[in-house]
Amino acid sequence: METFSYVKAPNVEKALASADGAKFIAGGTTLVDLMKLYVETPKTLVDINLLPLDKIEKLPDGGLRIGAMVRNSDLAWSEEVKKSYPVLSEALLSGASPQLRNMATTGGNLLQRTRCMYFREPSAGTPGGYGCNKRTPGTGCAAVDGFNRMHAVLGTSDKCIATHPSDMCVAMAALEAVIHVEGPKGKRTIAFADFHKLPGETPHIENALEAGELITHVDLPKPVEGAKSTYLKLRDRASYEFALASAAVVARVEGGHIRYIRVAMGGVGTKPWRSREAEAALMGKPANEAAFKAAAQAALAKAKPQKDNAFKVELAKRCLVRSLKTATATA
Amino acid sequence: MAMDTLPHAAGIIGAVVPRIDGSLKTTGTARYAVDHNFPNLVHAVAVQANIGKGRIRSLDASAAEKMPGVVLVMHHGKIDNVYRFYPHESDGTISEARPPFSDDKVYYWGQFVAAVVAETLEQAKAAAASIKVEYEAETPDVKTDLSDFDGERPESWKRGDPDKALASAAITLDQTYVTPVETHNPMELHGTVAVWDGENYTLYECTQGVVNHRVVMSQVLGVPRENVRIISRFIGSGFGGKLFPWPQSSIAASAARTLNRPVKISVDRRMMFSNTGHRPHTQQRIRLGATQDGKLTAIRHDFFTQTSQLDDFVEHCGEQTPFLYSCPNLVVTTGMVRRNVGAPAPMRGPGAVPGLFALESAMNELAEKLKMDPVEFRLKNDAERDEGKNLPFSSRHLKECWTTGAEKIGWKNRTPEPGSMRRNGKFTGLGLGSASWSAARIPCTASVELCPNGRVCVRCATQDIGTGTYTIFAQVIHAATGVPLDRIDVFLGDSSLPEGPTSGGSMATSAVLPAATTATNSAVTRLLHIAASLPDSPFHGMKPENLAISNGRVMQKGDQQPKVVGVSMNSGRQLSANGIPFEEVLKMANLSGITATGKTAPSFEDPKAKQYSLHSYGCHFAEVEWEPEIARLRVSRVVSVFDCGRIINKGAGTNQMLGAVVMGLGMSLFEETVHDHRTGQPINNNFADYIVPTIADLPDLDITFLDYPDYIVNEYGARGIGEIGMAGVAPAITDAVYNATGVRVRELPVRIEDLLKSTIHEA
Ligand SMILES: Cc1cc2nc3c(=O)[nH]c(=O)nc-3n(C[C@H](O)[C@H](O)[C@H](O)COP(=O)(O)OP(=O)(O)OC[C@H]3O[C@@H](n4cnc5c(N)ncnc54)[C@H](O)[C@@H]3O)c2cc1C
Repeated sequence: METFSYVKAPNVEKALASADGAKFIAGGTTLVDLMKLYVETPKTLVDINLLPLDKIEKLPDGGLRIGAMVRNSDLAWSEEVKKSYPVLSEALLSGASPQLRNMATTGGNLLQRTRCMYFREPSAGTPGGYGCNKRTPGTGCAAVDGFNRMHAVLGTSDKCIATHPSDMCVAMAALEAVIHVEGPKGKRTIAFADFHKLPGETPHIENALEAGELITHVDLPKPVEGAKSTYLKLRDRASYEFALASAAVVARVEGGHIRYIRVAMGGVGTKPWRSREAEAALMGKPANEAAFKAAAQAALAKAKPQKDNAFKVELAKRCLVRSLKTATATA
Repeated sequence: MAMDTLPHAAGIIGAVVPRIDGSLKTTGTARYAVDHNFPNLVHAVAVQANIGKGRIRSLDASAAEKMPGVVLVMHHGKIDNVYRFYPHESDGTISEARPPFSDDKVYYWGQFVAAVVAETLEQAKAAAASIKVEYEAETPDVKTDLSDFDGERPESWKRGDPDKALASAAITLDQTYVTPVETHNPMELHGTVAVWDGENYTLYECTQGVVNHRVVMSQVLGVPRENVRIISRFIGSGFGGKLFPWPQSSIAASAARTLNRPVKISVDRRMMFSNTGHRPHTQQRIRLGATQDGKLTAIRHDFFTQTSQLDDFVEHCGEQTPFLYSCPNLVVTTGMVRRNVGAPAPMRGPGAVPGLFALESAMNELAEKLKMDPVEFRLKNDAERDEGKNLPFSSRHLKECWTTGAEKIGWKNRTPEPGSMRRNGKFTGLGLGSASWSAARIPCTASVELCPNGRVCVRCATQDIGTGTYTIFAQVIHAATGVPLDRIDVFLGDSSLPEGPTSGGSMATSAVLPAATTATNSAVTRLLHIAASLPDSPFHGMKPENLAISNGRVMQKGDQQPKVVGVSMNSGRQLSANGIPFEEVLKMANLSGITATGKTAPSFEDPKAKQYSLHSYGCHFAEVEWEPEIARLRVSRVVSVFDCGRIINKGAGTNQMLGAVVMGLGMSLFEETVHDHRTGQPINNNFADYIVPTIADLPDLDITFLDYPDYIVNEYGARGIGEIGMAGVAPAITDAVYNATGVRVRELPVRIEDLLKSTIHEA
């Protein structure tokens, strides 16, 4: 770990004022880990744990406002979330461990970084280390020819194939959350789908935040009337492991036909993967296995497997089919 | 279980006895190696090579040397007083024979190339990170396919003509089974605190063998044996990885001498994936021949085991093959294939665990070919005597293990066709694997002291690696004297004590029992003689043979039944109004204590034991559940039955077996250390990427001990149990996987990618 200085911000203004060249620290479960690995080397840490951003509030339009400092556990166990957005509660509870969820925050989860083993190597992106375009643009991608069982099959580029690891974000993608930020240039909102960036030529740019911007809260739109939602995570072991494939589905069925559908996938994409292809294949269709399979096919049509992860294509399909069944089941 | 509900005296042998050191551990009072701190102590941090093969071209430590707190930088050409140990010419064993920093070559990724010693851990880490090493790197060889090997493949255990028998067998099987590199991951990291006083070394270690560690380190450090003391009072487990010294011990000791200050070094979790051993990759071809009606006629077990560049560690996969079944024609061949990996080390059930994965998988596959039930097939081929050594078995009840396990899991309802069994909307599968592990009595010396404060002390330079050895000693003393457990002090984990065994090979318990018993009995005999001869003694003039010790009191024989019944043994109240407390006898005689020593004579020098084949046996029956729709496989049940001689502590014994089965589950489904083919780095060197079972993965576990004593091994009839529990789990699980999914996995671990090949679907 490199030496750094530490500031505890009492309010949003002070946090923003200290943000230049600094990193905010919320739960620290990603950041401290990456500092120990020399992946993150901030000169200053601005502790935002005192900021009054730890509330879950109902919005007048029926939506839900989640403060950036709301802990993953509190969010998952919130009555409102369990009732109106079960997909989010399930996604959060499938992630990490209780101890980590007690520390992890909504803002920090949005910004958690990939678990690519090469990215996390201390010397990646430095001379003599593994190539990593995310760490140092232009140094190549060691994962492409390396051990890439855990890597992405959707949204990859030849510069980066790292998976976005979050479960929470997959649910939020399906819920069409809106991210509120505040920065040197004032406040603005970012639609969930626009928040995380595809690697393309610039895998080091992971999201739409600008320098010094602080996430203040995340808004969920009013729950879709009559819709059911679910989150399914598939992995090697039963608990405490990142997804090999996961799916978040919000669906409303009327008269046996799908009238509202949102589909997002985790474990397979370079960002939380909203599948408009699957949605298009399902909208207006009868809620049956044939339609689900066609949707899964459509969702993975552009998948580009690597040497060790071809199985994820099939696994993601099965994951999606099962989630669609669950979300559209009548009983 | 509360101590005061324990059975008394001899009844304590075989009971569920809570660990006497348990509360020290649960309260954090037990001090492990790197918990030791001393005034003036400095911290060492090692630097790992980040190439897998090559030469150090230059090493620039100039920045590190000037950094705050740095007191020493060590590297090639700059390490004092470390010598080479010759493993085959002395009575000790070392893990990695090459002394640290002894040349500029790199043989495996992560090899230590330098170390920094500084006032604080943080300073040492920062300085270690600033060392610049340039390499002439070559491509390391970490290929997992071992077939390119063209070296010597010595034959062993040959009998009959296996090739001819295979050629003429009615039914044959020819399959290759692969097990990956698995890394020991005990909770406690490896580490050393080295203290040098100008003449003597005290090394606080986490070693499974304080005696061996002393033998090796005295040579490595070039000081007489009596000037080296190894202390290892508590060990956060080892699983074989802590059997023999690793380089960090030499680094810390050398630095301590150079600086004349205590030095602490810890090997972190990442380093443990490259620098402190692993179970090597194995590739085993098994050929079996049988008659039409299922009698084995031939076994060929040809295996390759991967090893490091400089040491000769072999994973003896064929050890159980010669005697598990009756078969007239058999051969085992071994090929030791060098790769650019760190030295492998024994890992729980070395040889047997991968070896029986192969052999037992092949047995299951052959049973299928024969259309025979796998239990029946085994019963038919059960061995009456050890056909490898041509000796009778000392005690073997493998048949009963199979039949008991089959009964418990409901084997008779198993249908062999894949995907033919269902429960609650899931497919289920059942499978079987057998286990075996050798037994022996290895030498041990222990001393027992009856003290005037009413306590009994026992001393032995063995150690408790978390398995319950402290408690075993206390049980023996209690059984022989009736002194309550809380008045028995057990001193282990110190090489200055009477020489005891290494905690390895599941042989510690069977070794310590006779020594501890003999020592106790001779101390008691002396006590009784004194009691009979003292003029003031109430026993004056009686024959010592007519006296005995019971409930810690000296009394006349026949007078041993406590008159006051129903009082707890450690309530401080007297159980018996008879006799007098042993410490009164010592006081009367003005003795500071009575000490006696006992020895265990090894079974390899015992003419009787040499006439027998000594092994433990067991088997596992596994049940899995399979949901093809989401490719989810879970192990739902494992029933394990063991024939391991008499179990001394059912609590600790069951605990060992449960742990071993869980480890076997990890081996079957999760564990694999993956080396990057370009650098040779174990790339999944952390607990997020190297996965082991979580509590949520645990099936219902059911452990049964048949508990037949084996008196050839020792007078308690106890063999050992640490290793055997893991052997046979993997073939049971993979067979259950086949039964549920139709997919035969011959290369561990079983992965989702294998299971996706299943053609079993919802009806
Ligand atoms: C062992 C382990 C297992 C895990 N398993 C899973 C899993 O299965 N599924 C899963 O989804 N996640 C998993 N996680 C990740 C976990 O969810 C994240 O670490 C956590 O959500 C991050 O939140 P935090 O508050 O601790 O973030 P921090 O570590 O404090 O911060 C992370 C990043 O976000 C920035 N940041 C934080 N808050 C703000 C803000 N308000 N505005 C702007 N920037 C901000 C920080 O500067 C930093 O760059 C796991 C983590 C670990 C360590």
